[in-house]
Amino acid sequence: MTIIKVRGRVWKLGDNIDTDVITPGKYLSLPMDQLKLHVLEPINPDFAKMVKPGDVIVAGRNFGCGSSREQAPRALKEVGIAAVVAESFARIFFRNAISIGLPVLICEGVSKAFDEGDILEADFSTGEVKNVTKGITLRAKPLPPLMLEILSAGGALELLKKKFGK
Amino acid sequence: MPMTLAEKILARASGNKEVAAGDYVTAKIDVAMAHEGAAWVIDELMKAGIDRVWDPERIVILFDHWAPAPTELTAEMHKKIREFVKRHKIKHFYDIKAGICHQVMPEMGHVRPGELIVGTDSHTTTYGAFGAGGTGIGTTDMAVVFATGELWFRVPESIKFRIKGTLPKYVTSKDVILKIAGEYGTEVAQYKSVEFEGPTISNMSIASRMTLSNMAMEIGAKFALIAPDDKTISYVKSRTTKPFTPLYPDPDAVYEKVYELDVSDLEPQVAFPHSIGNVKPISEAEGIKIDQAFLGSCTNGRLEDLAAAAEILKDRKVHPDVRMIVIPASREVYLEAVRAGIIETLLKAGAVVCNPTCGPCMGTHLGLLAAGERCISSSNRNFKGRMGSSKAEIYLASPYVVAASAVKGEITDPRKLMEGKA
Repeated sequence: MTIIKVRGRVWKLGDNIDTDVITPGKYLSLPMDQLKLHVLEPINPDFAKMVKPGDVIVAGRNFGCGSSREQAPRALKEVGIAAVVAESFARIFFRNAISIGLPVLICEGVSKAFDEGDILEADFSTGEVKNVTKGITLRAKPLPPLMLEILSAGGALELLKKKFGK
Repeated sequence: MPMTLAEKILARASGNKEVAAGDYVTAKIDVAMAHEGAAWVIDELMKAGIDRVWDPERIVILFDHWAPAPTELTAEMHKKIREFVKRHKIKHFYDIKAGICHQVMPEMGHVRPGELIVGTDSHTTTYGAFGAGGTGIGTTDMAVVFATGELWFRVPESIKFRIKGTLPKYVTSKDVILKIAGEYGTEVAQYKSVEFEGPTISNMSIASRMTLSNMAMEIGAKFALIAPDDKTISYVKSRTTKPFTPLYPDPDAVYEKVYELDVSDLEPQVAFPHSIGNVKPISEAEGIKIDQAFLGSCTNGRLEDLAAAAEILKDRKVHPDVRMIVIPASREVYLEAVRAGIIETLLKAGAVVCNPTCGPCMGTHLGLLAAGERCISSSNRNFKGRMGSSKAEIYLASPYVVAASAVKGEITDPRKLMEGKA
């Protein structure tokens, strides 16, 4: 069985963090190395500077609502975000995240269980989400095998390449 | 087992006799649409070393987000896509000439009932107005589609909105979908397929239905379907000679929830910043000063929307402190509006009319907002920073409300303006 585990320091975000907040439309035509410097700028202009590789995001409801722009999960991944665990996700963001190889998990109660700076440990194949700092364990629905397969390949295209036999 | 319309569409596309909500299927894509997102699709294909497309006749590409290119970067993006289109002999390419994807797709006959259509744009749900399974995907998934013509889907649960009652004068399908977003929240359809039905829907024009299916994306919908009727079939047949097989939900299909709405007494609705779910009736919005009024977008830039604004603006003037920006959704809409005298009315009133494009809706060009400014907009999103400054405010409403507000310089009830009470 595919096992995907992530451990990281938590950035706490609220409900309805939309794709225009994650990657504002006015920067969308910029190449990723520049676009990523603006990630989450409307709510925290210093986010891109302060985030450390391996950090994780814990968010409220409807994370990533709005546009189908794949730059939203990609910019988060590019600045080093290792996973997003939220109360719920907007559909396209969730799918895009899996397709580009950014682990995401729907976990009820996660907002209340974490404060900024806590250490989160998540196992995407069992759905176990731990707040290491506070000693709390939550149980989410694990990702289905297909999504785990895509994630462990590193994304949908990497999986496709495998299938093409290259 | 009886099936919903979403289940029927995904069963057909995946070659299964039956599918049920929760199943994972691999489906064949009937049509794949990409706007400027194609540039990133091309990047993904190149990274993966794939230089082929599965079927150049089933791919539609056009430019609408940055059309014509407002910057050198976007000009390079367009150039890259044009070269790809030539190299792979993509049959349906409209460059900057046709307009916004979701208007152009049905106009050019690429949307057919029963088919499965993916687009690199979240508002691809618009095609549900024709009984087609339209849904937005990202550019990596689209690269998979371009290469293979197939994509995995989770068969969604379905919910139904049954709508009855005659919409009052100056109240539109935009007000209906805003009411739904306000009443039930922006997650009521998360991961789900929505079906709209009922006498109000039957009486709606194709354009008004498209507004509903378009904005259902904002309540989370994966598909936003309206079962085809005579209006749908005659529209589609006037646009394409390609054969198609309409699909219908089974009468005893299982819905997770059915919501019933009577819109007989519905007021114009306004979504306040910065969420589409932050909806209030116009009576609670009247008097809010505005700097810009935007009429356009894939949500409300069609002929009936422009005609609605012209009805309000005929023999009236846009307030001197307001910039009113009008963007017809497509070249065809533009041309018809010229012929009908609508553009002349809007210009005489003091509106600025731009070429068919997404324009300021997503903050790329043609009328961005400065800090502290307010815009009343017929578009689909009022997120912070969506139309420029993060310190600007966007209010969403129908074309009637946008036009009436442009006249008064503040958010205005079109019913009162037209009755001489505002």
